[in-house]
Amino acid sequence: MRGTPYLKANLARALTAALAILLVGLWISGCAKEKDVILATTTSTQDTGLLDVLVPMFEKKTGYRLKTVAVGTGQALEMARRGEADVVLVHAPKSEEQVEAEGHVINRRLVMHNDFVICGPQADPAGIRGEKSAASAFRKIAQSKSLFVSRGDDSGTHKKELEIWAEAGIKPEGQWYQESGSGMGQTLNIASEKGAYVLSDRGTFLSLKKNLALIILVEDDPSLLNIYHVMQVNPEKHPGVNARGGKAFVDFMLSDEVQKVIGEFGVKEFGQPLFFPDAGK
Amino acid sequence: MDLIWQGLAKGVKLLLSGDPEIYEIAFLTLRVSGLATLVSLVLGVPAGLFLAVKQFRFRRALVGAVNTAMGLPPTVVGLWVAIFLWRSGPLGALGLMYTPAAMVIAQALIATPVVTGFTMASVQQLDPKLPRQILALGASPLQFWWLVMRECRFGLLAAVMAGFGAVISEVGASMAVGGNVRHYTRVLTTAIVLEVNKGNFDVAVALSFILMALAYVVTFALTAVQQRHRRYVV
Repeated sequence: MRGTPYLKANLARALTAALAILLVGLWISGCAKEKDVILATTTSTQDTGLLDVLVPMFEKKTGYRLKTVAVGTGQALEMARRGEADVVLVHAPKSEEQVEAEGHVINRRLVMHNDFVICGPQADPAGIRGEKSAASAFRKIAQSKSLFVSRGDDSGTHKKELEIWAEAGIKPEGQWYQESGSGMGQTLNIASEKGAYVLSDRGTFLSLKKNLALIILVEDDPSLLNIYHVMQVNPEKHPGVNARGGKAFVDFMLSDEVQKVIGEFGVKEFGQPLFFPDAGK
Repeated sequence: MDLIWQGLAKGVKLLLSGDPEIYEIAFLTLRVSGLATLVSLVLGVPAGLFLAVKQFRFRRALVGAVNTAMGLPPTVVGLWVAIFLWRSGPLGALGLMYTPAAMVIAQALIATPVVTGFTMASVQQLDPKLPRQILALGASPLQFWWLVMRECRFGLLAAVMAGFGAVISEVGASMAVGGNVRHYTRVLTTAIVLEVNKGNFDVAVALSFILMALAYVVTFALTAVQQRHRRYVV
């Protein structure tokens, strides 16, 4: 088989041709991106089903195709920082302000809120039921070394959880504190299986409640407020972004029609709204 | 356990009721993974043939690398492809991120080493006298490669099946570069992850049955081709 260079040349030519065809094909299929708007958002808006309602509405109204990438708030903001998204819908005001101050996002607007709840097993081994303050509930969980499942994924919920630990003056670590590293839905499933405490947004908890052996133990502490903002990625800093599409989505989220849809979402199924519209407040 | 029966029933119901979203997701899965397998064949079979019959420096190191890459974690491939396809990445101008094309690229990268490895192994199993004989009979290069491939067709079909099996079942790369966008890049595996997150376990189980059925039908068709002329029947 040695000494047959023409075979080698043939092979090389065939490979080059194949690669060329591949690249051209990909280029053709990759066009038409003007019409695409990339929305980086949190898992809670997807897992509750809110996006399934809003996305088709937006597409019908504006003619854009909205590509929703549901990730943790930390990752969504990082996508904004890198110019990989056109518009962002997240819930971690402190981190958002930082990204805004860095100039990566503009036109940041209040959209809606709901709240976080501390959930746990019916038996409530740490005895936090009815506790008024989230921080003191967390302190009791830590002191009794009751199992707690954290998102551990730099999401908005995880950031909130860390804020509460900081407020309680506790550095959570040890056997009792476990990080799931996954989305809200998956984390609730894990906490339910293990009979652990968990911090969740109310919307996701309500929409998953049917599968969970968890109940709400602490709620209504003002520090448990969960606030969602929508914002455009700054086209001056990131020339590749679809600025018009991003603005269209911000305007869409603030419109009266959509605010009304947000306020009514979930009422039929859960007897209470999952999100409260806040535009203009 | 009830969940499995509920899921099976739901899967059958979804298919029979002609739910357009299910069909859309199933067809996209087939299209992306099928195309990725084709690309991996175009790249992997020649590479496997080459590695099997040629002698050159560092061949062993390269073969070792291919064999290692047969087990490339899809998440790793997804991350690397994403870095290249991001707007800020070297291929960002193509606008491929979060498109089915991006998923084809990532899946092709996962399947290519598998196809290469299987092809190489099956060619190396051939009688060592065979290539020399073919050339001695005056075969043109094209005829030569064609005959070699014919001789190891069992192995090559195994390569196709292994490559397809690897990509239709992966979720990490599709999620990373496809983004699981509804009506656009949502395939069966990413839809299953989503339904689990939403707590719709029955739908997730239903989708998993549909995925397995799809994989079985495709693999069965390939197996039928492969087993047409069995050589050893005892």
